[in-house]
Amino acid sequence: MNNAGIGKIQELIYDLSVGDVMKKDVISISPDISMYKLKEVLRKNRISGVPVVKNGCSVGIISIEDLINWLTKKSAGSSVKDWMTKNVVTVYEDEKLIQAISLFDQKGYGRLPVVERKEKKVVGIVTKGVIIESLLREIEIDYHEEEIRRYRMSHFFEDVTADSVTIGLIYQVKGGDVMNGGTVAGNIKKTLKRLDIKPDIYRRVAIAIYEAEMNLIFYTDGGEVSVYIKPESICVNVRDHGPGIPDVKDALRLGFSTAPNWVRELGFGAGIGLNNIQRCSDKMIINSTVGRGTILDITVNMDTL
Amino acid sequence: MKLSAIIREMGFEVVAGKDYPDRTITHGYVSDLLSDVIANARVNDLWITLQGHPNIVAVASMKELGGIILANNRKPEVQTIQKAEEEGIPILLSALSAFEVVGRLWDLGISGSTKNAEKI
Ligand SMILES: Nc1ncnc2c1ncn2[C@@H]1O[C@H](COP(=O)(O)OP(=O)(O)O)[C@@H](O)[C@H]1O
Ligand SMILES: [Mg+2]
Repeated sequence: MNNAGIGKIQELIYDLSVGDVMKKDVISISPDISMYKLKEVLRKNRISGVPVVKNGCSVGIISIEDLINWLTKKSAGSSVKDWMTKNVVTVYEDEKLIQAISLFDQKGYGRLPVVERKEKKVVGIVTKGVIIESLLREIEIDYHEEEIRRYRMSHFFEDVTADSVTIGLIYQVKGGDVMNGGTVAGNIKKTLKRLDIKPDIYRRVAIAIYEAEMNLIFYTDGGEVSVYIKPESICVNVRDHGPGIPDVKDALRLGFSTAPNWVRELGFGAGIGLNNIQRCSDKMIINSTVGRGTILDITVNMDTL
Repeated sequence: MKLSAIIREMGFEVVAGKDYPDRTITHGYVSDLLSDVIANARVNDLWITLQGHPNIVAVASMKELGGIILANNRKPEVQTIQKAEEEGIPILLSALSAFEVVGRLWDLGISGSTKNAEKI
């Protein structure tokens, strides 16, 4: 398996909980049934061990090995409670998979009953087999979704034959729509990630667009964000139709803000938005005419740090 | 320190992000000014704030922060929680003041972002 696959599995075992993967319709037996009956249960269900459960709670575990011991020794009693392993280790259904795996690993257990936290009732069972099956299922699902999408998109530039290739993305921002503030920046970030753009690049682009998007929301009737992705750079154009900025130099001063009180109460209007944009871009140009609108152009080069 | 351990030690109420993978947190940032967080917080920081409106999730997601702590008994808006679940941003609540939250986090080994460290 490739490195990406291994990384994904490591992530999954910290991500998935035991309850996500456990076998739910668990076959269990009571401590009072006979070893003869146990033999039948194991044979019929083709399993090598079962949890022993009383009133829904785990009281032990018994496996083929115990059955063989009983068959060869035939001493003591002949019910399950005489031969089962007591003090059985269980896992909670909300524990992460890594917990179950390290128990298998350290203690050499073959199966772990899964109990819920409140009343400690047995709700399922995990074995190594169950875990492997679930992991395979998960990585397959993943490959079929995001990974394949990302793979295809990241090869876009190579697959297209042209003297120069530019991907253009255009988004509308509604004025006053504070609730959805950041949606455009978020969508652009997601798209850049899929295109396999480097993290430091897509982060800078996303942050710059976020600040510009919020300015459209607070200070204008709305506007348009256009993103042009080329192999060597990402250019962003943000335009609106007013009111315009009377003095761009003033607006660029750290802390300068005309934000009204309600905007400031939300934590906006610190007067550092344009500075954040400047810091994130390799080039920033603002053209603004009062009464006509503002045009902001940002360039982020692909090869800079 | 693992976020799950921080939550346990600090007794935070988790209102979003229970089901996300655990993450390791080493630094934090405190501010109620969103553009300031954008300028100065770092990837994976825990962000302590009083703001509870949905835009905090957009900021946290943009900056890829490790989680948001609302101090002083502040409650997030319903849309904030929904958005946080969608974006995978944990939101934790505390009755302590921001000052006390930071103090206790510092005791646990969570420190501030170093000044000239890479910021974005
Ligand atoms: N698109 C725009 N149209 C009109 N005015 C704007 C626009 N963008 C920014 N401004 C002005 O520039 C000021 C500074 O913007 P910014 O640095 O983002 O800080 P803040 O948004 O916190 O005020 C704003 O307060 C506003 O007066
Ligand atoms: Mg602004």
